[in-house]
Amino acid sequence: MIKDEVRKFILEKFLFNCGDQLDDEMSLIDTNTVDSVGILEIVGFIENRFRIKVEDEELTAENLDSINKIAKFVERKLGTQG
Amino acid sequence: MPGKEHMNEFSYDVLKLDYEKETARLTAFISEAVARRLRKHGAVVGISGGIDSSVTAALCVRALGPDKVVGLLMPEKDSHPDTLKLSRLVGESLGIRTIHREITPILAGLGFYDEMTSCIQELIPEYADGWKWKISASDVSEERIFSFFWLVVQSPRGEIIRKRLPADRLLHMIALSNFKQRTRKMLEYHYADRFNYAVAGTSNLLESDQGFFVKLGDGAGDFKPIAHLYKMQIYQLGKYLGLPEAITQRKPTADIHPLSQGQDEFFFGLPYEQLDACLYGEKNGIPAESVARVIGLDADRVSLIYRQLAHRRITNEYLSLPPLYPER
Repeated sequence: MIKDEVRKFILEKFLFNCGDQLDDEMSLIDTNTVDSVGILEIVGFIENRFRIKVEDEELTAENLDSINKIAKFVERKLGTQG
Repeated sequence: MPGKEHMNEFSYDVLKLDYEKETARLTAFISEAVARRLRKHGAVVGISGGIDSSVTAALCVRALGPDKVVGLLMPEKDSHPDTLKLSRLVGESLGIRTIHREITPILAGLGFYDEMTSCIQELIPEYADGWKWKISASDVSEERIFSFFWLVVQSPRGEIIRKRLPADRLLHMIALSNFKQRTRKMLEYHYADRFNYAVAGTSNLLESDQGFFVKLGDGAGDFKPIAHLYKMQIYQLGKYLGLPEAITQRKPTADIHPLSQGQDEFFFGLPYEQLDACLYGEKNGIPAESVARVIGLDADRVSLIYRQLAHRRITNEYLSLPPLYPER
């Protein structure tokens, strides 16, 4: 599942697998889980893993600020690309 | 700062200082710090021709005397053409000894220029000798509360190409750029060792508070006399200290990348006067609406800047931390 892969990436990359409290709805920015570079790392991950191209105007909190939002965004992109 | 204890309304008056008193306080601090705490014979200041390092040098001269302050001028081939001229002007106006150390050969020895060119060409193959480049941050908004970054290059004919920087490339370019600040600080400590002097840090409040500095680079120093001052206050202090107009009238510039870039291009895209007001408001719990009214911005925009300031303070905290040790 896309969500599981995104969650695994964030857990491994940013929390060294210590993220027991990482909620799928939780804001990654407001909880200081990631910073601007962290968001770009997530973008790099989803672009490579799911072979999608994220446009500048798609770099929004609505698309990228929680595990659920990222998963839905990737699903939408794959749907529109497919 | 008048009225700070019961303020809900922002006014630029709160940033006014008694510059005579502040100068007396800071010169006493520098004398005490250098002579008693650090047990050194004078101070080394890296002078860039900007307001922060110029004011720091001027304060050191007032505190220690011109014969106990050395100004280091450390441009490199991509520095703004005015950098060396203005740095010399500061040194001359203060009557201090200056040492000019071009850092281009050191950076070349580190592979900085070649590696940076390869890095840029991997993203923009057209980039060649004679072109200029910079890293430019996106603006933030309610919809996007984080920045992303573009690599912007300009051909000799003026053609501009812009590409978004992926995280790995961005980090690589920042790591390379940081060679400049660390090389300069290395030289400052070299001369400090040689003369038995202390190194003056030149960070201002925004830089110290937000972590806008390079760890072990421009963020380093043995004492930091202006790290509590807002940019507007530093400009005013510069005038009070009699620095040349070419310095006190000069707009802030990062002078890190070859393609011209204002410092405010990095910091939320705001001129420093507005940024000072936002930082003061955020740090002192003043409602965003009040600051917004005075500086002519939308209250939502100021709230967003408050959020960004708080977020960056936390995410960049590691830059100011001493090394961490396990409990014994």
